[in-house]
Amino acid sequence: MTKRKGLATWQEITTGCVVFDPGSASEYHTGSWRAQRPVWDNQKCIKCGICYIFCPEGCVQQSEDGFFQANMDYCKGCGICAHECWPRAIAMVEEG
Amino acid sequence: MAKRIGMEVAVAVAEAVGQCDIDMAAVYPITPQSHIAEHLSDLVADGKINAEFVTVESEHSAMSAVIGASGTGARVYTATSSQGLMLMHELLPIASGMRLPIVMGIANRAVSGPLNILNDHSDIMPQRDSGWISLFAENGQEAIDLSIQAFKIAEHKDVQLPVCVNIDGFQLTHMVEPLEFPDQELVNKFLPTRVPYATLHPAKPVTMGAFSMSDYFTEIMKAKDEALKNSKKVILEVWDEWAKMFGRSYKPVETYKAEDADILMLTMGSMGETAEMAIDGLRAKGVKAGLIKLRLWRPFPFAEIKAVVKNAKKLIVTDRAVSFGGPGGPVFSEIKSALYAEIQRPAIYNYIIGLGGRDVTVPDFVHMFEKVIADKANKAVDTYEFWGVRE
Amino acid sequence: MNIVENFDLYAPRLINKKELLSAGHRACQGCGEVLGVRLMCKALGENTVIASATGCMEIVTSMFPTTAWEVPWIHVAFENAAAVASGVEAGLKGLRKKGKIDDRYIKVVGMAGDGGTMDIGMQALSGAMERGHDMLFVCFDNEAYMNTGIQRSSGTPMGASTTTAPAGKVSSGQKTWKKNMAEIIVAHGVPYVATACPSYPLDFIRKVEKAKSIKGPSYIHCFTVCPTGWRCGSHLAIAMGRLAVESGVFPLYEVENGKYKVSSEMPKKLKPVKDYFKAQGRFRHLGEAEIQKIQKKVENEYQKILDKAKYLKAWD
Ligand SMILES: Cc1ncc(C[n+]2csc(CCOP(=O)(O)OP(=O)(O)O)c2C)c(N)n1
Ligand code: SF4
Ligand code: SF4
Ligand code: SF4
Ligand SMILES: [Mg+2]
Repeated sequence: MTKRKGLATWQEITTGCVVFDPGSASEYHTGSWRAQRPVWDNQKCIKCGICYIFCPEGCVQQSEDGFFQANMDYCKGCGICAHECWPRAIAMVEEG
Repeated sequence: MAKRIGMEVAVAVAEAVGQCDIDMAAVYPITPQSHIAEHLSDLVADGKINAEFVTVESEHSAMSAVIGASGTGARVYTATSSQGLMLMHELLPIASGMRLPIVMGIANRAVSGPLNILNDHSDIMPQRDSGWISLFAENGQEAIDLSIQAFKIAEHKDVQLPVCVNIDGFQLTHMVEPLEFPDQELVNKFLPTRVPYATLHPAKPVTMGAFSMSDYFTEIMKAKDEALKNSKKVILEVWDEWAKMFGRSYKPVETYKAEDADILMLTMGSMGETAEMAIDGLRAKGVKAGLIKLRLWRPFPFAEIKAVVKNAKKLIVTDRAVSFGGPGGPVFSEIKSALYAEIQRPAIYNYIIGLGGRDVTVPDFVHMFEKVIADKANKAVDTYEFWGVRE
Repeated sequence: MNIVENFDLYAPRLINKKELLSAGHRACQGCGEVLGVRLMCKALGENTVIASATGCMEIVTSMFPTTAWEVPWIHVAFENAAAVASGVEAGLKGLRKKGKIDDRYIKVVGMAGDGGTMDIGMQALSGAMERGHDMLFVCFDNEAYMNTGIQRSSGTPMGASTTTAPAGKVSSGQKTWKKNMAEIIVAHGVPYVATACPSYPLDFIRKVEKAKSIKGPSYIHCFTVCPTGWRCGSHLAIAMGRLAVESGVFPLYEVENGKYKVSSEMPKKLKPVKDYFKAQGRFRHLGEAEIQKIQKKVENEYQKILDKAKYLKAWD
């Protein structure tokens, strides 16, 4: 994906405004929307993957060791993962 | 060269579209377009067109479906009239904004209020600013030729815009005329397979119809305007090629006895031939009358119009639609603004004629000329009149 | 209830890892609708073309010059997603049979909100379903026109307060019962209709996969929580969907060739609708009598589905 510099001129507008970069919305980091952040306690995690499935941003990822974590560039801090994690392995803590 | 056969024009248009290797068509019937829809269905049913034919539940869906199909890279066709075109209205600027080379036949008919099924141009005029290339046929042969050329123009890599071919409802669509169909092999040569700039296909995922805020919207509109303006060059090239291959030439602005005319009339669509007869009569009486037939409505042929009216003293613009509460008919306003900056320009008169199928005869046209000639003090210049209205 | 009962343990192994809707989309925090879209994409996989209606999901995913979509996607207008999808399907078919594109199977999917499906888009959808296109249509039902500011739709439930059917001194919000869109599509005689909710992701994904496998029209009515419009906490999107199902407000079932099947997720005994209403601001004004009236209707409607599942046979 190419990082854009400045806004395009009319000559640079793609024909029909077609967007040719699939997934390029990820250039925009929604992490700045966050008031709270999810913090994982891997001691309690049973690696069920519920946090991964339910994240509306799709920003929860599984690492090599099988535990999960959120990509803070995109996590909006909605709290779904913490609320749905049945073993209570995720806590929402204030940003700041 | 193919021989001439007598055929109803609407049927002939469907036949011509059938020569264009379309992949998909979606049409919804409406008088007077229905014979196009029906004959296209016949051609598909008989296997003469190898295309998906979608019998949509409305014109809104007809346009939506051809937009979707055109997005996949398919060559698509639709046709409509009047209320159908009004129902499509919302989607027309979207089709052009997405730069999809859709071809649409329009069997021009008056729009409702009250309902009327007969011919005028009040359906196409509200679509003027939709970003479509808009062509007007004067007779059946032109209807066929323009319908085929439309695909080539629309799909040209420097154009990628939708094209509509205006064919006067009944006056043209339901006439049986001697017509010459181009040889299929030549059509294949003239019109190669479409090469789309992007397609809806998983091999290369793209997003079409993205949302834009004010940061890009102006640039997007400018790009579309330039694309439409630049299409004229391609249109001229295509007409050149057509003339070479098929022997019939096309120009954005056709003229009849206009070169030395003192007084000119401008028509669009099928009324040109009647107006020509009036001009012949006037010429016989020594009146230097001439005719301009506007074939290319969008992009508007400014240079051509300026060139043909340059030496005339008076110009009568006929309109087949009303711009209610406005400055006159839509074509009249257009011509006036085109000539505004010209130092030498004719006095312009406007007659609104042939509304909702009202007959306009040779004597009517003669009378229009006479009336304008009689206005020695140019009192009626820049005004408009509903021709023949009972008072 | 133990939440884990609702899931096979280690669920991620069962679902497509690939994200086909990228992060960076602009949906509100905790949006249940965008989660539904994300999961749908996982179930559909890459050989998909999506036609989307105007609405929240269109706006939040396609901010020019970027896109969150990793599958081919087209948006045209609000009321015509099904018509655009039928055109996409016909276009691909026309090209494929002439060898102008490769012959891989591509699933065409139309999607819209409740407004784009049940109100302004219903004619186009009915036409597309009736014509038998090989396409799936998914309604993401968040029970109002959220994109334009929480106005009522025919999918808004009785009693919910919206900006055009607000609760006031002489009004209790929505005055009409929710239109039963799934049943309307069943009446079209299409091979597959299902209701689903992202709170039950495996059930939802299975239903999308099922619809994908059907060569012909299919419809999924997906109930999606909108914390913004429902006035509940952003962390509650999954919990609210679950309560809607458990209370019978939104029963999960599928109809295959006319045969009804209630999904195994449905509880033996429904929870009171009051439990579902409690955390939502849009129902806060409702009094006991109004809640009881709704309770009764919910039970009746659910019983109808149970009866259909019991008595109706597949039509083939
Ligand atoms: C013809 C037309 N009418 C109205 C609108 C304004 N509009 C855009 S989206 C929308 C509501 C969308 O509601 P819904 O389909 O439920 O989707 P949601 O945003 O809730 O996901 C409305 C009213 C429009 N874009 N086009
Ligand atoms: S939901 Fe909780 S237990 Fe399950 S994987 Fe995520 S953190 Fe671990
Ligand atoms: S808080 Fe919300 S956005 Fe952040 S990781 Fe959890 S579910 Fe995803
Ligand atoms: S308004 Fe509701 S449906 Fe729309 S993005 Fe926000 S949470 Fe999602
Ligand atoms: Mg909605």
